[in-house]
Amino acid sequence: MKKLLTNRDVILFLIILIGVIAVGIANPFFVKPSSLSDVLTDTSILIILALSQMIVILIRAIDLSVASNLALSGMLISLLSTLHPELPVIYFIILSCIIGTFLGLLNGVSIAILKVPFIVTTLGTLSIYRGLIYFVSDGKQVYSHEFSDDFLSLIHHKFLSLSFLFWMAVIVFIIIYVLLNHTKFGRNLYTLGGNPEAAKYIGINENKYIILAYSISGFFAGLCGYLWVARYSVASTQIAIGFELTVISACVVGGISVMGGVGTVVGCVLGAMLIGLIRNALPAVDISQFWQLAISGAIILIAIIINTKTEQRKEKTIMVE
Amino acid sequence: MMSNLIPDKPPFKLFDILYKKEFILLIVLFVILLINSNISPYFLDLYNLIDSTFLFSEKAIIALSMTFIIIARQIDLSVASIMALSSCVLGYTTSLGYDTSTIIFLTLITGVLCGLFNGLIITKFAIPSIIVTIGTMSLFRGLAYSFLEDSYYNKFPEIVISMGSDYLFGYIPYAFLTFIILSIVFAFILHKTFIGKKIYSIGNNPDAAKYTGIAVDKYTIVLFAVNGLFSALASIFLSGRLSSVRPNIAFGWELEIITMVVLGGVYIYGGSGTILGVFISIFILGMLSFGLGLLNVPGVGIIIFTGLLLILSIGFPSFVKNFRRKNE
Repeated sequence: MKKLLTNRDVILFLIILIGVIAVGIANPFFVKPSSLSDVLTDTSILIILALSQMIVILIRAIDLSVASNLALSGMLISLLSTLHPELPVIYFIILSCIIGTFLGLLNGVSIAILKVPFIVTTLGTLSIYRGLIYFVSDGKQVYSHEFSDDFLSLIHHKFLSLSFLFWMAVIVFIIIYVLLNHTKFGRNLYTLGGNPEAAKYIGINENKYIILAYSISGFFAGLCGYLWVARYSVASTQIAIGFELTVISACVVGGISVMGGVGTVVGCVLGAMLIGLIRNALPAVDISQFWQLAISGAIILIAIIINTKTEQRKEKTIMVE
Repeated sequence: MMSNLIPDKPPFKLFDILYKKEFILLIVLFVILLINSNISPYFLDLYNLIDSTFLFSEKAIIALSMTFIIIARQIDLSVASIMALSSCVLGYTTSLGYDTSTIIFLTLITGVLCGLFNGLIITKFAIPSIIVTIGTMSLFRGLAYSFLEDSYYNKFPEIVISMGSDYLFGYIPYAFLTFIILSIVFAFILHKTFIGKKIYSIGNNPDAAKYTGIAVDKYTIVLFAVNGLFSALASIFLSGRLSSVRPNIAFGWELEIITMVVLGGVYIYGGSGTILGVFISIFILGMLSFGLGLLNVPGVGIIIFTGLLLILSIGFPSFVKNFRRKNE
């Protein structure tokens, strides 16, 4: 029992539960099933991106270009759909993933082969990818009436009264959970992040894993490119601007250590959910939306400090033993 | 006997200059100037050139203190948010009718306090600065938003307005002048004093620096406070120039400032880099965006160029080095 209560994921889950109940007391409408399922829908893209960012953070890196990657792949498929509205929507999804993977691959190659530090690379591609959106779209927007019906309607399908977006997040969760916990790839990723020197001695090819991790991050950014455009029925140069920092915050709140090799898939999802809850709950309890940014900033800082404290304590106990 | 002596300084060779980062940067700057003056007749106009400095002076001031931060193996993503918060304080204190020196003092103090807050959390809890400043980036700008909501300030003291938009002797903008003076001061501190030496050794190896008796934590806190101070100073120039403050002021500048520093040859993991390199890279980026602007290339073209320049300037030399090593 004591072990259970000191488990970070359990604590995070309890915090979310208490948060939902507290908001529910202040505003009963918030805890109605339909409203809660809206919160989940609203958080799904964040969950997918946080999970793919986690893979990168595990190997002591960060991908700052995800939001630009998302926006660029979203814009490219939107432009294609205005030209060829007759194509089935699955083509667009696959294409979006392919574009995203390619953009992620470029990051990986720059870091692993050109040896440009990850911050510099992804900071650079953040600008380049964002700039390319203006370039391909001429600065114009693609509005909802320009998309084909299929393109937009897929996302509004429901299953068990939960949205398509939510089920996508569930599928991505399962994929990444299996990938990280039940495959050699996942184990090697943790080893590489936890102790790069040791990883080298047991023959893990660091470059290969860097390129793979960034490609996976790009793949899901591409997928979210479709989801984002279809959900908001608009593709513009400004979509998801600054979202990369929300994604990283979700990972950090979820207990993924930026020092590498530490963090669970469940924690990552809970971190994203806590951020999503804050974003949705503040309007429900009549806190001005202008406070939202400051409150998320404060919560991120508190979460980081708590995480670091517990990590440091663990290190100390190992020393005693 | 003489041959056994190890010279403490390598002998000067003209050829070595060619390998220096600063030299390469200078060539890039020269090429940009040459291309610019060829494609646009307006480029070499003195007044145009002088006015183009308004585009980068404020960022350049922060880039100088950011150079210290990055050399000391830290990073500060919250500078633009500190600017937003201190411009709000500037506008608010003006609206309260304080006298000018109090207003400016309080604005600068806001920046220092934000920087101290960053530095204290980074050192006391031993958390990487990139993560802490991602958090404070939201926090500081969030405070600016909750303070101003959807309104704005457009009244500032006379001095602030003239700091942002006037010229010394009718030629040199005050913001640019401040940047030039500060670069000399920063270059002197970094390259000629023990403070600079200690910052380099902290950046090279923080643990070793601690064992040699350098107060690493104290240096880190002071560096972040200084960075906050100069962000606040830059915000005074910017507010004076725009004569309007909204909470989204200077949005996204942190990345442009870091680009200036890194393009100038400062190693992102600390320990190496010069003020001269950063100084040249500021002019490269400034002249690049000015030239592209004259050609009516929209801001986005500049974004793509900046990003490519950033990656290639670091990727190309290391690629060549690796290639050579393989061939040897």
